[in-house]
Amino acid sequence: MSDEHIDEVSGISTTGHEWDGIRELNHPLPRWWVITFYITVGWAVAYTMAYPAWPMLYSATKGVLGYSSRNDVKNELAAAEAAKGKYAAAVESKSVAEITSDYALREFAVAAGGAAFKVNCTQCHGSGAEGSKGFPNLNDDDWLWGGTTEQIQQTIAHGIRFASDPDTRQSEMPAFGDVITADQIAQVSAYVASLSGKVRDASLIQPGARIFAENCVACHGDNAKGNRELGAPDLTDAIWLYGSGETAVAVQVRAPKHGVMPAWIGRLGETKVKELAVYVHSLGGGE
Amino acid sequence: MPDKTQMERLEAKVVDSAKTRQPLYAPRKKIFPKRASGSFRRFKWLVMAITLGIYYLTPWLRWDRGPFAPDQAVLIDLANRRFYFFFIEIWPQEFYYVAGLLVMAGIGLFLITSTVGRAWCGYICPQTVWVDLFVVVERAIEGDRNARIKLDAGPWTVRKLVLRLAKHAIWLVIAAATGCAWILYFADAPTLISEVFTGTTAPVAYVTIAVLTTTTYTFGGLMREQVCTYMCPWPRIQAVMLDENSLTVTYNDWRGEPRSRHAKKAHAAGQRVGDCIDCNACVAVCPMGIDIREGQQLECITCALCIDACDRVMDKLGKERGLISYATLFDYNANMTLATSGGSSSINPSLVRTAVGTFCDQVAYFHIRKIFRPRTYVYMGLWSLIGLGLLYSLLTRDRLELNVLHDRNPQFVTLSDGSIRNGYTVKLLNMIPEPRTIIVAMQGLQGAEMSVVGSDLPPDRFFGIAVEPDRLKMLKVFVRQPAGEVRHAAQTFKFRVEDKANFESDEYTATFNAPEIAR
Repeated sequence: MSDEHIDEVSGISTTGHEWDGIRELNHPLPRWWVITFYITVGWAVAYTMAYPAWPMLYSATKGVLGYSSRNDVKNELAAAEAAKGKYAAAVESKSVAEITSDYALREFAVAAGGAAFKVNCTQCHGSGAEGSKGFPNLNDDDWLWGGTTEQIQQTIAHGIRFASDPDTRQSEMPAFGDVITADQIAQVSAYVASLSGKVRDASLIQPGARIFAENCVACHGDNAKGNRELGAPDLTDAIWLYGSGETAVAVQVRAPKHGVMPAWIGRLGETKVKELAVYVHSLGGGE
Repeated sequence: MPDKTQMERLEAKVVDSAKTRQPLYAPRKKIFPKRASGSFRRFKWLVMAITLGIYYLTPWLRWDRGPFAPDQAVLIDLANRRFYFFFIEIWPQEFYYVAGLLVMAGIGLFLITSTVGRAWCGYICPQTVWVDLFVVVERAIEGDRNARIKLDAGPWTVRKLVLRLAKHAIWLVIAAATGCAWILYFADAPTLISEVFTGTTAPVAYVTIAVLTTTTYTFGGLMREQVCTYMCPWPRIQAVMLDENSLTVTYNDWRGEPRSRHAKKAHAAGQRVGDCIDCNACVAVCPMGIDIREGQQLECITCALCIDACDRVMDKLGKERGLISYATLFDYNANMTLATSGGSSSINPSLVRTAVGTFCDQVAYFHIRKIFRPRTYVYMGLWSLIGLGLLYSLLTRDRLELNVLHDRNPQFVTLSDGSIRNGYTVKLLNMIPEPRTIIVAMQGLQGAEMSVVGSDLPPDRFFGIAVEPDRLKMLKVFVRQPAGEVRHAAQTFKFRVEDKANFESDEYTATFNAPEIAR
């Protein structure tokens, strides 16, 4: 075994290793290959010293170059913020009307508002701003408190029936269960439902209209078109916050629910509120 | 105390005994390829001129595409995500053309390899072409094989230093030119090259040039055959594509053996004498430094320079050319059978010759029809099929495209008058470098009208939309159907885009959703 062994068939020397009579021919690697290998080993060692690598008890070695991927992220975020800076500053200084009239600025505000919406508003209004019973759909063209960008901005900034904000939008429909009889409630509900659809008993409509004229026109108007100053809904259209039809109307007449929306100005600041207003306005129903 | 004579002798061996040590790492053996001349060498010069010409000159070709697109004939515009190739412009989603070309290149390689062996390696591979170029420089400065061997073995004199410096300097210039040419494919060549020399272009360009300069210089000048033998997977892969009917560079030992340096003396002594005079011309010209007479081997790139060298020798000796030749294994085996009387004796070259010394009729030669066999038919068929498919697709492809995304959240919106609104993101792709006015129309959906968000146009069933040249235009479209017209919870209708000037159109079948209650 200690002698050099030459394979009889190929005439090539073997490595001297033998496994069950099988010997390994010695096809030597080129030396540069080995040198390359050692260079990569050296590179690997240097690399682990230059960059964070070795796990220690509580953290990893820091590396002599001081590189950190967290810093990279920080820098990238800062760069992104800086890139946004021009627009953010413009949003801050301009009114919502000015923002809407500038195409690029509007695009920026819609994107930024959309992001803010996802975080702050979807809990009640839904991720598509589609709303649900008691929470208005923001995509449609029916607005309780007005659908211009400024009105939306006002609503978002100060909320609705939000007690701690003095500028909040305020109104309250009385509970008519204490004021009129159950029959009268049925009549007025039939009348209201008839404004936008069919009702079961047409004979209720006439007396219902009278009751409406006596009790409801102050807020909802003579033609039941509502009053945005008071947040009184239009009762003639197809959109119903608390459900359509006589039964749903009757429930709301007897003991109305009053939705509350928080004031966001304190929490999000004016810029974000503007962006949100532009975003909500862009959903398709803005006026 | 145990008796020393009774101590057992253990059969233990030392694993790293100096006696068993053999070199596992071999130093490189230097190769000094001699200049060959002949038909294959001429063919290689031609291929080299064409391939290098294509590589260095292509970025400088111009192709007028009008004012809205670059005028460089071949341009990979990464920033704008466009690939221009003469009259073809490819958008990223059309990258399958490139994939198709790669598949064709692969099958083409199978076809070429199964017919004429490793022709890729021997003639067209960039490694081969650039090494050839670098050897030309080396030969021009240091002289041919013998002069180079002498210079290399000699001491470091001023002359040697000057020659070596000159050689490496020219190599570096070629390598740098190679790197520079590469980046020109990615930007406007005249602008970029002036930026490169004034130091005003992007760092990535300089890094690319530096990397390619280094690799070209290292692979072409310093490593050469080591790249083919040790680094490249092709020799391993291509070998399995050869069969007994593939042409390979072959030493025809059925007429060459037994080789003899003193043919006349041996002949006079009554010994068998083959055509090979063992002059080693074939080894001296080999850029891989191998001996083809040992048979097909992994290192052989089939550059055929040994054929040229041997043919010259045969000419001088007045013997037939083709002692080393392109031959198939099938023919070679037939001739070997002939020369060895069916394998019963060692090679007797007189068996392949007639009494007057010419080759006898039974000697097999390559015939062109051997190229056409089932295997190559399959390759040719596949290759042409994919090629024709790509060509058809290219000639009939749309340059106006429409993509529509239906809003999913919410799927529909009920408006105050009871009508239903759906939102769509409509993308118009104007894929030609000209501005166009594209008609966007809706078909179906009774009574519905659409409006484009952000435009002042009143709701309508069609719009003319101006789209910038070679750009995508994204529109937010609201489609609104009056309450009375809604038929189903999910109705289908079509968006249709049309460019009347270019007779191009595209359609998209979209769904219009409504609440169940609205029926």
